[in-house]
Amino acid sequence: MLKIEALSKSYTAGIPALDNVSFEVAEPQVVAIIGPSGAGKSTLIRCINRLVEPSSGSAILNGENVTTLNSAGLRKARRRMGMIFQEYNLVERLTVMENVLSGRLGYVSFWRAWRRNYPAEDISHAFNLLERVGLTGFQDQRADALSGGQRQRVGIARALMQKPDLLLVDEPTASLDPKTSRQVMRILVELAHELNTPTLLNIHDVPLAKSFADRVLGMQDGKLIFDGTPDELTEDALTFIYGEEDWSPEATAGSPEPEEGISSPEKATAV
Amino acid sequence: MTDGTAEAGYPDIWKRFSPRQTLVRYLWFLGIVFVAVWSVRHLDIPWFYFLDAHVQVADLAVRMIPPDWSYFDVIAQPLIETIHIATLGTIVTFFIAFPLAFLAARNTTPNLATWFIGRFILVASRSVNTVVWALLFVAIFGPGPVAGIWAVAFRSIGFMGKLIAEAIEEIDEGPVEAIASTGASRLKVLLVGVLPQVLPVIYGTSIYRWDINIRESTVLGFVGAGGIGIQLYASINQFAWDEVSLMLLTIFGVVVISEYVSAIVRQKIT
Repeated sequence: MLKIEALSKSYTAGIPALDNVSFEVAEPQVVAIIGPSGAGKSTLIRCINRLVEPSSGSAILNGENVTTLNSAGLRKARRRMGMIFQEYNLVERLTVMENVLSGRLGYVSFWRAWRRNYPAEDISHAFNLLERVGLTGFQDQRADALSGGQRQRVGIARALMQKPDLLLVDEPTASLDPKTSRQVMRILVELAHELNTPTLLNIHDVPLAKSFADRVLGMQDGKLIFDGTPDELTEDALTFIYGEEDWSPEATAGSPEPEEGISSPEKATAV
Repeated sequence: MTDGTAEAGYPDIWKRFSPRQTLVRYLWFLGIVFVAVWSVRHLDIPWFYFLDAHVQVADLAVRMIPPDWSYFDVIAQPLIETIHIATLGTIVTFFIAFPLAFLAARNTTPNLATWFIGRFILVASRSVNTVVWALLFVAIFGPGPVAGIWAVAFRSIGFMGKLIAEAIEEIDEGPVEAIASTGASRLKVLLVGVLPQVLPVIYGTSIYRWDINIRESTVLGFVGAGGIGIQLYASINQFAWDEVSLMLLTIFGVVVISEYVSAIVRQKIT
């Protein structure tokens, strides 16, 4: 389904951010990518849909080499890759429905997009997805009126609106509190499994990765240094990926600092 | 420390600026004083006229008060024409400045050449005063409000285009990245990812510029480009100060109203 071959990227010549990474996702599984900050997780994901242009290597999605496509071909390929972001990246001043429907922008004409005149099948699919992510009735709310958890669920709906062959997920929970993080992860992983969509998922939170992923990749200094099941992610493996630290359950129980992703207090309804 | 003694082991002196920085600051101050003195000397101002300025002010006030209220019948039409010139000029500006701003913003312009063209038009527009534009357009279209509308528009394009372009350069790139990742074309990314973020600025600057344009349009008549300026110029030349004072009062009234409308509209846009 997805094959990454010797993918590399240097932002400054001679200093690789992504160093000769190869792996294959042969079945629709949720693959968590863990590793310290600056390990190249975000670069890896962005090199696949070429939001960041890779320096060398290839990313092959369902037999098509994405890295060599021209801009028209790349746009077609991007339609099949849904992306979910740490900061949600919703268009704040648009409504929930407009944000979800923007997942179809690769398919509708400019004038239909201008008039917000989307095909009936897209609209019904959007309502269906809003129900699936638990946002029934939110279609006319503006995105900036939502809480962090709600925004990320809109982000999930927007990505799934593309009916993607691959989901690229960049730190989906890093701006959310621990409870909301688990809810968002559960919705995301459930839908990915149900829709048989292979998913690449950057995540800082190791316990969250262990409880939701089917497979874990570990990165360090731009290199892929671990590839295994969540069960194989032992204390030794974590030390290998992150460096020396106390990995006992007591020490890892506390999740990272929760960060409130809520724009205005009065609008902080049901997360 | 409240007892006035310094804590041992820590510095007890801290200054925001080093002596060198302090010296540089004084030199800047001296420089500004020098420029001001030099300007006054160079202008060779005839101080002699200042001696009876207070007498002239009193004399002018007596001639201006009371305003000639009956003259309102004459200026009502030109006053409305002035507002129309400002409004139409602003609408023309909107349609030209809007695409121009996308050319002049670094993050949306197609390439360096288009960016340069965009910036050049904006700077050219702003470097010429409305009245000077009006002189040019009176020469092209002949005297009348059409020249005024184009004069207002040509000066406003630079103002609005610059402010909108700056807003475009300051947008959050996150949504733009997200829309691009759905496979949307460049134009659709601008439509959905960029435009909603700058729409409040576009509306806000349009209404603000309309407000400025009403004030600017009041003098366009001095050079024959329509509006109340023609009457104002005529009355000043005939020393009909009671008519002049009435026009200044009505212009003041219109400006107050347009500022008020502009403030309300800009508050509503979020």
